[in-house]
Amino acid sequence: MATADIAHHDDHDHHPYGFMRWVTTTNHKDIGTMYLIFSLVMFFVGGAMAMMIRAELFQPGLQVIDPQTFNMMTTMHALIMIFGAVMPGFVGFANWQIPLMIGAPDMALPRLNNWSFWILPFAFTMLLGTLLVEGGGPAGGWTLYAPLSIQGGMGVDMTILAIHMMGISSVLGAINVIVTIFNMRAPSMTLMKMPLFVWTWLITAFLLIAVMPVLAGAVTMLLTDRHFGTAFFDPAGGGDPVLFQHVFWFFGHPEVYILILPAFGVISEIIPTFARKPLFGYDSMVFATAGIAFLSFIVWAHHMFTVGMPLTGELFFMYSTMLIAVPTGVKVFNWISTMWRGSMTFETPMLFAVAVVFLFTIGGLSGLMLAITPADFQYHDTYFVVAHFHYVLFSGSIMAMMGAVYYWLPKWTGHMYNEKLGQLHFWLTAIFFNITFFPQHFLGLAGMPRRIPDYALQFTEFNVVSSIGAFGLGIAQLLFVYIVVQTIRGGQKASDEVWEGSHGLEWTLPSPPPYHTFATPPQVR
Amino acid sequence: MMKMPVFRITAITSFLTGTAAFIAAPNLYAEWGLNLPPPSSPVAADILDLHNMIMLVCLIILIIVSGAMFWSVFRHRKSRGAVAAKFSHSTKLEIVWTIIPFLILVGMAIPSTNVLLKMEDTTDSTLTIKVTGYQWKWRYEYPEQGISFFSTLSTARDQIENKADKGENYLLEVDNPIVLPEGRKVRILLTANDVIHAWWIPKFGVKKDAIPGYINEMWVNVDEPGTYRGQCAELCGKDHGYMPIVAEVLSEQDFNAWVESQTQLQAVADEAADKTWSSEELMARGKEVYGQCAACHGAEGQGVPGAFPAIAGSAIATGPIDSHVDLVMNGRPGTAMAAFKTQLNDLDVAAVITYQRNSFGNNTGDAVQPAEIKAKR
Repeated sequence: MATADIAHHDDHDHHPYGFMRWVTTTNHKDIGTMYLIFSLVMFFVGGAMAMMIRAELFQPGLQVIDPQTFNMMTTMHALIMIFGAVMPGFVGFANWQIPLMIGAPDMALPRLNNWSFWILPFAFTMLLGTLLVEGGGPAGGWTLYAPLSIQGGMGVDMTILAIHMMGISSVLGAINVIVTIFNMRAPSMTLMKMPLFVWTWLITAFLLIAVMPVLAGAVTMLLTDRHFGTAFFDPAGGGDPVLFQHVFWFFGHPEVYILILPAFGVISEIIPTFARKPLFGYDSMVFATAGIAFLSFIVWAHHMFTVGMPLTGELFFMYSTMLIAVPTGVKVFNWISTMWRGSMTFETPMLFAVAVVFLFTIGGLSGLMLAITPADFQYHDTYFVVAHFHYVLFSGSIMAMMGAVYYWLPKWTGHMYNEKLGQLHFWLTAIFFNITFFPQHFLGLAGMPRRIPDYALQFTEFNVVSSIGAFGLGIAQLLFVYIVVQTIRGGQKASDEVWEGSHGLEWTLPSPPPYHTFATPPQVR
Repeated sequence: MMKMPVFRITAITSFLTGTAAFIAAPNLYAEWGLNLPPPSSPVAADILDLHNMIMLVCLIILIIVSGAMFWSVFRHRKSRGAVAAKFSHSTKLEIVWTIIPFLILVGMAIPSTNVLLKMEDTTDSTLTIKVTGYQWKWRYEYPEQGISFFSTLSTARDQIENKADKGENYLLEVDNPIVLPEGRKVRILLTANDVIHAWWIPKFGVKKDAIPGYINEMWVNVDEPGTYRGQCAELCGKDHGYMPIVAEVLSEQDFNAWVESQTQLQAVADEAADKTWSSEELMARGKEVYGQCAACHGAEGQGVPGAFPAIAGSAIATGPIDSHVDLVMNGRPGTAMAAFKTQLNDLDVAAVITYQRNSFGNNTGDAVQPAEIKAKR
């Protein structure tokens, strides 16, 4: 920092106004805001694609889109929701909250922070641009399996480049989180005193650094197979199509924990606040998170039980995958014990948190079922899998993020959101979510494969129900935007503590916090 | 599935009675299937037992865990005057809820391992069938019997496009089903020609990927004669949803008769390749064979812009015959255009090329004879 800055008083914001403020900002709060808005926009773009998928599946036969477009929609929906909505969303929360929670004035690497955000709009413009080029967008599934993804047109190359850019953005963001947490904590805030949201993000950041380069490697091999005469995945040239799946899922499984661990952190903040009781089993929460992260590196092949692995391989991956249930169970038990004999109130963030614990448990248990190799042969690549991962990703990650918005938005804006509308949004989301995805368990068991634009008649009824639920779920999210915009523009003044049971450094600051906070480190109990 | 899902369906249906019932009413084949289909082979039966057991354990866990949570949610409310306790850990409790789940997992792992060992044991089979996945059809070969044929979707295009009523087996019907003998352990070898596919019949309890360059194996032993249906389970491109699998299981006697009739058909086809065919005959046959090309190149040879080239007016179909024959026979590596010499016999290649050169506005007047194709093999 230049000496001139120190001479100024930090409470005043010195920044350009208008558009240039957002382009040049190095302020963690501004960057956090941009990440969150970006995530919300992508949530609606990906959501619109989901609406097209459900519209096509509303009835058997082809009505809305042709099969190739359908495949583009499923592929893009996943890529956009994972890389555009959930990951940037949690980076937004990390940007806003980590400095406030550990008593740091900003992120450790503010310019890098600016850059890692501004890569994203370009990456996603490129990804969405594939829909306009000849041959259309990627249509081989978000997993981009070779050799199918070798067949696509220029859209696949643009997707590969976009994935590289997203990966760079994620790794830079992760480096920033790690450096900030290790170097910028308030004095006397030891690692084992950090809020759990900070802990889960620290572990997530290490996962990101470990696996994003692996994804980059996989898609680079795809690119050279497509254009530069290599044969990594082409058996005719001595390559191996299954190699792609191994490399992809070595990234892919830690990736699912990248998507869920920060959500665990959010839940671990919200529940103690509204139970007015300290988090149960803090130490075991930290160790369980680390345990899940470790196991995530040795379970990848459970995504590919049907490729014909050797028996010993199938057994190893079945056992190691089942083990994940233990630390995950510990987390759920700790949350429930935190609620137990608390003094609970159910404002919108708490409603989301309770729903996440319940619905994530359903997703976790169906995950345990999927780990059982022989049974997985029946579930694999059916709607049972689709139901499972939406229970962990939507009612896990995304509903946790919504809870987090209601939880921290009053702090950020200085205004309370409309509690009645917030609760309405919660109930609509929770009910329509279940109408959409619970029937998909039955569809999968009855034998409906995933990623098909049209289906046999015996699957009609549950698809009708699922589509109706999906349209409701989509429309309900417009209410979310309305509530957020309303809260930013005005509303009842929020107190500094915001919540009666709030705990942690962020609640010692005014609501909204000044542009620069913790210029002098706070004291931690 | 058990109690809770049934309850849920009641809840969901009553919530949506109007709409859902209205839309589903014309559908005579309505099924609210809730669980895996009834098994037709020992493996499927074992999996169903295993699935029901795990499902039950998971439901009990869900009821206990969420029961505790909702009990707390309703009882420990501030509005009911609950005062927050101060406890924040209990080593004893934490050890208990680490060990108990672990023991439950061991209890699940033992039967799962047993079923898996049985599934993976392909020894002592009495018949081998090779299955090859293509975009978007299956090829079935019986190496010991010298039988080989393709199996493609037979549902009419009009049904898919909602111009005709959908039949009972909409999207689950094929021209030539795979034929299996009843009560015999059949080994199935799986591979693919272009991209990865997966062969799956739910009632058989087997699903395995068909991967180019790999030969995977699995086995089935079907209890009863009948027709069994399934679908490709691995995304394989545009028509992934349109490559069903149908198995016809016959008694030992009927199966032998079927083998005999197939061998005779093969002999007739071989003979046909040696004679000279008239243009009309070639065109008629070519039109039939063209159904395979239409999946990508369109029923009118119009193609799909940007993805699949048109045949109507194309330089290939109106240019030199040799390069047209070469393209159809050897395909174009790195694209979805397969080498059809491995898929079609001499007559079919000759007929389809003749048809392409004289349809959709192409009028070269050429007629390609099977003998010319034979010479190029």
